[in-house]
Amino acid sequence: MAEGGQDLSPAPQAGAAARHGGAGTVPALLARAVPWLFVAAFLAFVAAFMLAPMVTVLVQAVWGDHGPTLAYVRQLGEYRYATAFANSLILSAAAAAVGVVGGGLLAYALLRPGAPGWLRSAMTSFSAVAANFAGVPLAFAFISTLGTLGLLTAQLKRLGIDIYGLGFSLYSLGGLTLTYAYFQVPLMLIIITPALRGLRAEWRDAAENLGATVWQYWWRVGLPVLWPSLLAAFVLLFGNAFSAYATPYALTAGNIQLVPTEISNVLSGNVMESPQLGAALAAGMIVVMTAVLLVYWLAARKAARWRR
Amino acid sequence: MSARLGPVAVLAIVLGIVFFLTPLIVTFAFSLWEGGDRYGFAAYRSLVGDPDLWASLLLSLRLAAETMLLGMVLLVPSMIFVHLKAPGLKPLFEFIAALPFVVPAIALVAGLSALYTGPAWLIGTPNYLVIPYFFLALPYAYRAIDVGLSAIDVRTLTDAAHSLGAGWGQVFRLVLLPNLSTALLGATLLTLTIVMGEFTFASVLLFKTFAVYINDTGSSKVTEAAALSLLSFVITWAAMLGVLLTGRNTTDLGGTH
Repeated sequence: MAEGGQDLSPAPQAGAAARHGGAGTVPALLARAVPWLFVAAFLAFVAAFMLAPMVTVLVQAVWGDHGPTLAYVRQLGEYRYATAFANSLILSAAAAAVGVVGGGLLAYALLRPGAPGWLRSAMTSFSAVAANFAGVPLAFAFISTLGTLGLLTAQLKRLGIDIYGLGFSLYSLGGLTLTYAYFQVPLMLIIITPALRGLRAEWRDAAENLGATVWQYWWRVGLPVLWPSLLAAFVLLFGNAFSAYATPYALTAGNIQLVPTEISNVLSGNVMESPQLGAALAAGMIVVMTAVLLVYWLAARKAARWRR
Repeated sequence: MSARLGPVAVLAIVLGIVFFLTPLIVTFAFSLWEGGDRYGFAAYRSLVGDPDLWASLLLSLRLAAETMLLGMVLLVPSMIFVHLKAPGLKPLFEFIAALPFVVPAIALVAGLSALYTGPAWLIGTPNYLVIPYFFLALPYAYRAIDVGLSAIDVRTLTDAAHSLGAGWGQVFRLVLLPNLSTALLGATLLTLTIVMGEFTFASVLLFKTFAVYINDTGSSKVTEAAALSLLSFVITWAAMLGVLLTGRNTTDLGGTH
């Protein structure tokens, strides 16, 4: 942008210092300290309101009224909380799988040479919105559509298809997965498109020239190149679903035990449990999310190898 | 569609369009339902006359503005200084920007409520929410600003301004902020989207923001809730359109699920 600007002044610091009354004077020292004050303020803020609460949760989880204890961590093994963790993990894995497959196929289809360009850009823009459209409004949109009183439910019933009679429920893990898909599929579309663009057309041409079928191309070339990106996307989507709170809260009103809703039950006093149990649940989430992030980093580093 | 699109691709695109559009269209139709076979704008009329809607909407907008302000004071200058003077600190900043992902909102609010039980001027007003909102927006704001910083030659610009006698205040106001305006606008709009939709902190800490208002409405008035969901979608859409129009693709995953 501002190339050649470096020869404007050979000693910019000296120039600035001179303006402020020479090196060593109070204003000059102050001018030099200002940057560090800002950095220190940011770090102090992070320490006070991010790190300290995080450490509090981790310590509280293993600290009872009489010193260290594993009682609260062990309580996570109780049926209710073990169910919550199992539900959360199953839901997140399902929602991530739906997102990876649905978003991956959609992104691939939109990148095919035959796909109209306007559709590609329209879908990409829509995905940016939908990936950010979640929480309570998303839950109510799905309740209006596929809830017990939803309009689509009623219309289908009029056509003789009673989806609730057939075993579907929006307020189940399956219904939650479907709802989560509304932000997971677009998110996948956004994050996988660069990796799919990285699959060079020459590789495909070369494979086809050597007589490979479509499946052989994907099995021997496409997937081996793509898998780190797909794994990174999967864990990112998994973490995204695992930490979701507003959507399941508004959708199931606590009928399905999930880790985030159990934490809020403890926090708001809906269940007679000690705060330490809430901390143990939160610490469990932090452990899962840390693992998710580590896998993501490793996969993303591997994926970067193929980037042009 | 051209013949070069295979059946799998066509099916994926058609299913995708149907899946994306159905909830929006049906929710809109549902918001017009007035009971029985009657349809109209009753839900919308009742919402416009509800002072709680405007109060919660204004509160969320105010919190969004405060969060952006905090970001401009706390995040932008320190990121620029690290970029300029202490590139060695960058890994630390990257780590901090990833922390909100590791500590989900519900876990952070558990920690915050355990740690801070006062003073009342801090935790007793909705302004308290600005602190967790700052962290919710941090990963997205960080990314957007980082992209902006790598796109311009910060050092040369700063040195040139200093050599002409500008202090840090002038460097920021007259040189860096104008050059970073695209990135900052992107970060700002992402923050707006996140804060307008945020439910977890406000709900647990008992403040009546826009998302909490939607949830409260939904428990008794379903068509109004449908109308509010669409309004929320429109707000998200407007903010994201702004991000896309600023020319840089800094859009990313949202933070308020």
